[in-house]
Amino acid sequence: MSTGQSDRAIDVRSVGRRFGLRWVLRGASFEVRPGEVVGLLGPNGSGKSTLLRVVATLLKPNAGSAVVNGLDVVEDAVAVRAQVGYLAHSPGLYEDLTARENLRFAADMLGVPHALVEDSLARVGLIAAADTRVRGFSAGMQRRLALARLSLRNPRVLLLDEPYANLDEEGVGLVNGIIAGIARGGGAALVALHELAPARGLLSRTITLVDGRIDAQAERAGREQPGVASGAH
Amino acid sequence: MPASDRSQDPRSSRTTTWLGIAGFGAVIAAQTFSILTSPAEGDMGDLQKIMYVHVPAAWMTFLAFLVVMIYSLRYLWKRREDDDLLAASAAEVGATFNGLTLLLGMIWGRPAWGVWWVWDARLTSTLVLFLIFAGYLALRAFVDDPQERARWSAAVGVIGAINVPIVYMSVKWWRTLHQPQSSPATLDPVYTRGLRLNAIALLILMIFFIRKRYEIARRERAVEHAAETAALGGR
Amino acid sequence: MAFRDDWRRVRAIARKDLTTELRSKAGFNGVAALGVTILVLLGLALGPDAEALRNAAVGAVWLATLFSGVLAFNRSFQVELESGALEPLLLYPGARWTIFAGKLLGNLAFVTLMVAIVVAAGIVLFGVRIPATWSSLLLVLALGVFGLVVLGTFYASMASRSRAREVLLPMLLFPMLVPVLLGATTASKALLGADLMHEAGAWMRLLAAYDLIFLVATFLAFDHVIET
Repeated sequence: MSTGQSDRAIDVRSVGRRFGLRWVLRGASFEVRPGEVVGLLGPNGSGKSTLLRVVATLLKPNAGSAVVNGLDVVEDAVAVRAQVGYLAHSPGLYEDLTARENLRFAADMLGVPHALVEDSLARVGLIAAADTRVRGFSAGMQRRLALARLSLRNPRVLLLDEPYANLDEEGVGLVNGIIAGIARGGGAALVALHELAPARGLLSRTITLVDGRIDAQAERAGREQPGVASGAH
Repeated sequence: MPASDRSQDPRSSRTTTWLGIAGFGAVIAAQTFSILTSPAEGDMGDLQKIMYVHVPAAWMTFLAFLVVMIYSLRYLWKRREDDDLLAASAAEVGATFNGLTLLLGMIWGRPAWGVWWVWDARLTSTLVLFLIFAGYLALRAFVDDPQERARWSAAVGVIGAINVPIVYMSVKWWRTLHQPQSSPATLDPVYTRGLRLNAIALLILMIFFIRKRYEIARRERAVEHAAETAALGGR
Repeated sequence: MAFRDDWRRVRAIARKDLTTELRSKAGFNGVAALGVTILVLLGLALGPDAEALRNAAVGAVWLATLFSGVLAFNRSFQVELESGALEPLLLYPGARWTIFAGKLLGNLAFVTLMVAIVVAAGIVLFGVRIPATWSSLLLVLALGVFGLVVLGTFYASMASRSRAREVLLPMLLFPMLVPVLLGATTASKALLGADLMHEAGAWMRLLAAYDLIFLVATFLAFDHVIET
């Protein structure tokens, strides 16, 4: 099954996931092809974050399966992690460490030279604040730092959970730059969104999560008019 | 992986019921036999006969711990939900037998030693064992997600079980260097037949309790899985 | 090659843990202060007779260590949970045991520092006379602390993520530490006295075996426990 090759970057097949007795995902199915940037829409609590986590190998599906570039997220989790760049809703930074220390830690864990840390910091405009503890950062700065950490990797698949939150125009541009770069290189991106405006022009299509499933109707609408909010709100 | 539908199997629960009847019957028979046929012990008279429940109950506690360890290992290996449920059932029953052992030890001890508790090696070890069981059950109570609960209990169960012989050894060393043992004497062969009979009877009873608890647990899981199928839209 | 990568990760995690703990306001100072406070309370509760206190010294030091240790272990995982840092941590390449090893080393350093302070306070408050065998005493202390930290780190990896971490960690950890408590206190008391029966050596071997057994067991079990 897992050949490491596929014409689909992300292939989600009837994924179900529950927390205790509550089923958050109930048989969600969709695919993302290489080069595509897919917007994931849905009301709060619809399971967007959970779905991203399953594809990122952080959660195991209770039903169904997910495949990234031909690799199963459960069987080949380690290989999938090497290919995926995941940006969570919360920044996941160590508040008592400085920005530079946070990135150097990430670099050590990734096996990447510290020189790249300086590049990343420069790219997101945090060189000046590099030796300040993250505790003193604004939400926007924290998100930039999280982006910097993301760009230390070389992911082929981006999984972004509300990446534009707390970002100003410049920050939005940073995110879009990263996404565009990945898509241009033949990778793919799945972006959970609240509103489409920041990603306008970037999205190939949108899919909508309703009641733990992908709404087929909205998916078609999303495909016909990418970047436009689909019927289900 | 969902619990198989054998919990609905009437043959299986009938076996359990028969085991229960046999178990209770055997215990009554073994107790009666032992109490009537064994002579009163030198110093303690008929009080000594508490050991006919106390000692087998202790043996059952160890056995239950062994069951917890085996099924915890199986769960970690195969991730079959049934194994987790069986381990948990054995832990609950084991904790109960453990409590019974302690209680009887104290009841025996009060007239024998004049106090409700002494830090005797065996009694102390049994108490520590009880606390290890309690930790396992507390963990299960405080973790909501079933898969996480199963994985964590299994790890805790195995590691706890590994400690059992170490606890016994260390407590024994702690005591023997300073004071002689003062637990009920069980080496006299006059008593061993009665002990063995009671052990077998109690074993049947414990198997009954574990099976019963396990069946209830699986029925509960079957209900949850029915909710799962409904939630997934019958797919 | 792969081991060098893993070892680098272990060091990175240990360094990160120690740095965050030493910098956070509540961290080291709070835990060490708590240890000393517990000693003071024990001294008040068990004293003021000097002889009684001297006899109670070993037990008091170990109890203070256990109770403040529990705080340290929970905190080491709490730092990951507070800002959602556990998820990125789990997504890095490399084996999971590096997370356990890194946290273990960090906790060892942290708890050793704390125990040093508690022991010093204990010697003063409880009037302990330092014997010629003090180097053996240090060894007993080290063996005991090692066992404490191994199991403490392991159970905290679960308890800190449960609903009732303050209650659950002691409930899981303390019964398991009975051999450590008995071994460390009995051996220490013997060494503080004359150790006429040469007990200390036997207990030290027990502690060493305990440490080894649970080091291996927890390493093997950690993989199953750290996943979400």
